[in-house]
Amino acid sequence: MDKVMSNRLVAALYVLPALLLLLVLIYIPIVLTGYYGLMQWDGIGAMTFIGFENYARLLHDATFWQSAYHTFLLALFSALSLIGYLMIALVLSGKIKGANLFRKIYLIPMLLSSVAIAQLWLKIYHPSNGVLNTFLESVGIANPPAWLAEPSLVLYALFVPILWQYAGFYILIYYAALKNIPESLVEAARIDGASPWQIAFRIKLPLITEVIKVTIVLAVVGSLKYFDLIYVMTDGGPNGSSEVMASYMYHQAFRGFDFGYGSAVGFFLLVICLVVTWLLRKATASKDTIQYS
Amino acid sequence: MRKKPIAMLLTLTLILAVFLSGCSNSGADGEGEASGSGSDGKVTLKFMHLWPAGSSAQQNKLVNEIIKQYQTDHPNVTIKQEVLENEQYKNKLKILSASNELPDVGVTWAAGFLEPYVKGNLFAPLDDLLSGSLEGKFIAGTTEAYAVEGKTYALPIELNISPIYYNKDIFAKYNLQPPATYDEFLNVVKTLTDNGVVPIALGNKDRWTGSLWYMYLANRLGGDALEKAINGTGKFDDPALIQAAAEVQKLVDMNAFNKGYNGLSNDEGKSEFMNEKAAMYLMGTWELPNYTTNPDVPQEFKDKIGFFKFPTMDGGKSDINSWVGGPGVGLFVAQNSKVKDEAQKFVQYFVEKWGESSVTEAGVIPATKVDTAEVKLPQLYTDLLNELNQASSLTLFADVQMKPTAAQVHLDMIQALFGKAVTPEKFVKNHQEAIDKGN
Repeated sequence: MDKVMSNRLVAALYVLPALLLLLVLIYIPIVLTGYYGLMQWDGIGAMTFIGFENYARLLHDATFWQSAYHTFLLALFSALSLIGYLMIALVLSGKIKGANLFRKIYLIPMLLSSVAIAQLWLKIYHPSNGVLNTFLESVGIANPPAWLAEPSLVLYALFVPILWQYAGFYILIYYAALKNIPESLVEAARIDGASPWQIAFRIKLPLITEVIKVTIVLAVVGSLKYFDLIYVMTDGGPNGSSEVMASYMYHQAFRGFDFGYGSAVGFFLLVICLVVTWLLRKATASKDTIQYS
Repeated sequence: MRKKPIAMLLTLTLILAVFLSGCSNSGADGEGEASGSGSDGKVTLKFMHLWPAGSSAQQNKLVNEIIKQYQTDHPNVTIKQEVLENEQYKNKLKILSASNELPDVGVTWAAGFLEPYVKGNLFAPLDDLLSGSLEGKFIAGTTEAYAVEGKTYALPIELNISPIYYNKDIFAKYNLQPPATYDEFLNVVKTLTDNGVVPIALGNKDRWTGSLWYMYLANRLGGDALEKAINGTGKFDDPALIQAAAEVQKLVDMNAFNKGYNGLSNDEGKSEFMNEKAAMYLMGTWELPNYTTNPDVPQEFKDKIGFFKFPTMDGGKSDINSWVGGPGVGLFVAQNSKVKDEAQKFVQYFVEKWGESSVTEAGVIPATKVDTAEVKLPQLYTDLLNELNQASSLTLFADVQMKPTAAQVHLDMIQALFGKAVTPEKFVKNHQEAIDKGN
């Protein structure tokens, strides 16, 4: 290793392939998207330069801000659901029977493709013969709502499969973090007479704070750019009531033949994600990190 | 130390494999070669269409037969197909046009859909084919829908009108007759809801299905008011157009549609009709194979299906022989195709052969004239073809007539109208704004 690291040229060569990939697949397209946002372009003909008109239009676009509000709700629920996942991980990391099995079961949704999950939940939410409504009717609730057709319900109805999709991911991260806590610390606390609750909240959680911070950023930023299930299940929902920023961007570019505006929305979405990430890091930064030897 | 060279070799092979697979052209259904003519006169044509073997079995079969016959007659030509389902096809077409990689021959819709592609110089004019062996074979008015500024850019292969299909058994059970006037129709709806049967099957998630209802109501009430408003010679605040919107909401209030219609796709809505849970279904004649020739649909269901024309309204401006419909898809040749001549020959061949057999083999009504006396057709076809011959006017689907952005506004507004999220006045106002924007 020293031989490699000491020779700068060789080190650069080792980094080059990955750097090229990043540049070509990520950074250059980002710059190009911002650039296309300055254009009027229908995707087929020629581009006309219109400066910041698209971006100005974006700021006044009521439909966009409504989709931003929906995205914000998704991010909020995502972050809140982390608490639930943490609780589950705490229980699983203790010595209970079948912890292994439960872990594997929670992981399964993550192995399914988004489209498969969408099809599954479409069948569950079907207004007349879906699993959910058939069950509700059988316990006596007459005329249960059409979950994906009611503008007031559709967004929340979609949150369930979205959160379900990634539950396993976060539970696994928390579980791995909790398992990394040296048993000796927990033992010491137990000997001192701490109750399981105290052990969980006073010992375990503080020790995995860094991990929790990372998952918050992951969950929030992931929700900000979420697209899959929204697109397949409701395509923005009855008249935009389940539209999120990413699906709005897609509709503007590909359905409305307005690639200039769509690019502007996409670039703006990136800026929002960067700002939110920065804010979150600032808010969760702590002056001293808890160490254990 | 023996392991090192082997490991290096394996790693290199792996990297190479990844690069090669990434660099080659990816696409569905074996579209690996670029089209073009080789040095030995061999020609490869890329043909992209929207009849997958799964959901459009008979059209797919007919397409393959025509291609096989063409390849036999022209041994130096190979035709490579790419097949996608309707909505995916529309998406892929847009993406390919943005990167200027359109297939040599493809499928397009008329009017407003076609326009951006023509303006971007992506479709080749096909007027030569119209004056060749296809002269006079097209039904009047069909090729005009594909013309921009006097030149024709695609040749239609489908002509569709939209009747209301109904389940004769359900009607008979409640002593109902196919309604001739709208009041009778409302009566039918009411009787069905009173007896716990869903009157109309509708899947409005894709939005164009609801648009059919609005278009008919606008037509029956206001004649060509909708067309005039779309092309700018009229206005959307025409009282007939506002009332048509109000009538849609009246139907919604009467619970005329199956539950949750605004969140169900067309296929899901259709299944309510196919499962005999709903009595009526307004849809185009492209649906006919399901009621006549499709082997997967039980014969006893097919025997129960009839159709009636959209009823007339009291004091309305239109007669019962005015249909919503028009040319469906047409074939285009890409302007940048390297094998344009061969592509044009293929299009001409396809349109002719398709016109001869599409009704009997695929259940699709072509845009070329069909001699009903010569071919043996299922009864529903003969009836509908006769209706077509007597049609007083055809109104093309609104989302095809309008330019792309306005079409999206229209479709979104339809969903809002059916979901009672807008008033009829706001509905027409949003339309007017979209038309005024001009894109």
